[in-house]
Amino acid sequence: MPPTTPETSTRAITLEVNGKQRTVHVDPAKPLLWVLREDLQLTGTKFGCGMAQCGACTVNLNGDAVRSCVVPMTRAAGQKVTTIEGLSPDRSHPLQKAWIAEQVPQCGYCQPGQIMAASVLLAHVPKPTDADIDDAMSGNICRCGTYERIRRAIHRAANSTHKGGGQ
Amino acid sequence: MSFSWIGTLILALLAAAYGAQTARTSAAQPPAQPESLAAFQQVLQVLRHPRCMNCHVPGNQPLQGDDRHAHTMNVKRGVDGKGTVAMRCSNCHQLENSTTLHAPPGATDWQMPPAKTPMAWSGLSDGDLCRAIKDPEKNGHRTLPALIPHMDTSLVTWAWNPGPGRTSPPLSHDEFVNQLKRWIHTGAACPQ
Repeated sequence: MPPTTPETSTRAITLEVNGKQRTVHVDPAKPLLWVLREDLQLTGTKFGCGMAQCGACTVNLNGDAVRSCVVPMTRAAGQKVTTIEGLSPDRSHPLQKAWIAEQVPQCGYCQPGQIMAASVLLAHVPKPTDADIDDAMSGNICRCGTYERIRRAIHRAANSTHKGGGQ
Repeated sequence: MSFSWIGTLILALLAAAYGAQTARTSAAQPPAQPESLAAFQQVLQVLRHPRCMNCHVPGNQPLQGDDRHAHTMNVKRGVDGKGTVAMRCSNCHQLENSTTLHAPPGATDWQMPPAKTPMAWSGLSDGDLCRAIKDPEKNGHRTLPALIPHMDTSLVTWAWNPGPGRTSPPLSHDEFVNQLKRWIHTGAACPQ
């Protein structure tokens, strides 16, 4: 009797990540976060809570700031994903420049998720108020408490874009 | 003797007031059918359950849990009922429940009622809630028969498959729909 190979539930799934078509062979239930980190070696996106409670794993999926730790690959298949690595080729995105100018990070762990959420906010609301920022960012937790600097950086990025800084 | 006269007068006034109230009620709506009212009381057990009531709220913030606390993370309804910029419901709520305790539940079209038709039931009396779900201006522009297929949508049936750590309404889904049909077919009577 020939040896049997263990049944696997993996299949080929193609999606666009940071502008490039990528195909992975994974369990369709695998969370997008772990495909990004393990299969595509894009480790800028962080694991925080694993249950959509902290926002550290936020990436852009078709323009929405999704929590990649709970997004199964069945949802991501064929879709467009942007991670912190794809925001700009050279850290030149207005948010990245503003984050550095305001020295936002302390430990830095939550900041990729914060920036990705902020990028979705600015895509919809180019000149956000403090209230707009609070509403859009309240699902992203920062244990270091950098919220004031995050708010300043978003205003700075909005102003630089408004003045022709580009995005 | 004078006490007896005063007592008679009071009784007469009360009777007149009751008669006037009854007349007003009769003019406003047909007499309620006991079977229809009984069916609605069964339906109410589902409508009043936190799985339904947590999103059928006034204001802009959904509730969570059987203790009906405010949704964490400052989540808001948004214009279309599906959240706000960078805080869309589907950012966390997927098409299916997470199997992890306290992780987001999920269903197709996860949302609150839209801002234009918030379908807020919290704080309403049984009678007012009944009249609200019959009123197309308050029920999402649905006729009474159209309420029945709505109860088979994935978001409504999710209440009977809410994922770990969440209770379901006391009636089964089949019994709920049967009682809803019974209520409608017997005249959709509302409590006062």
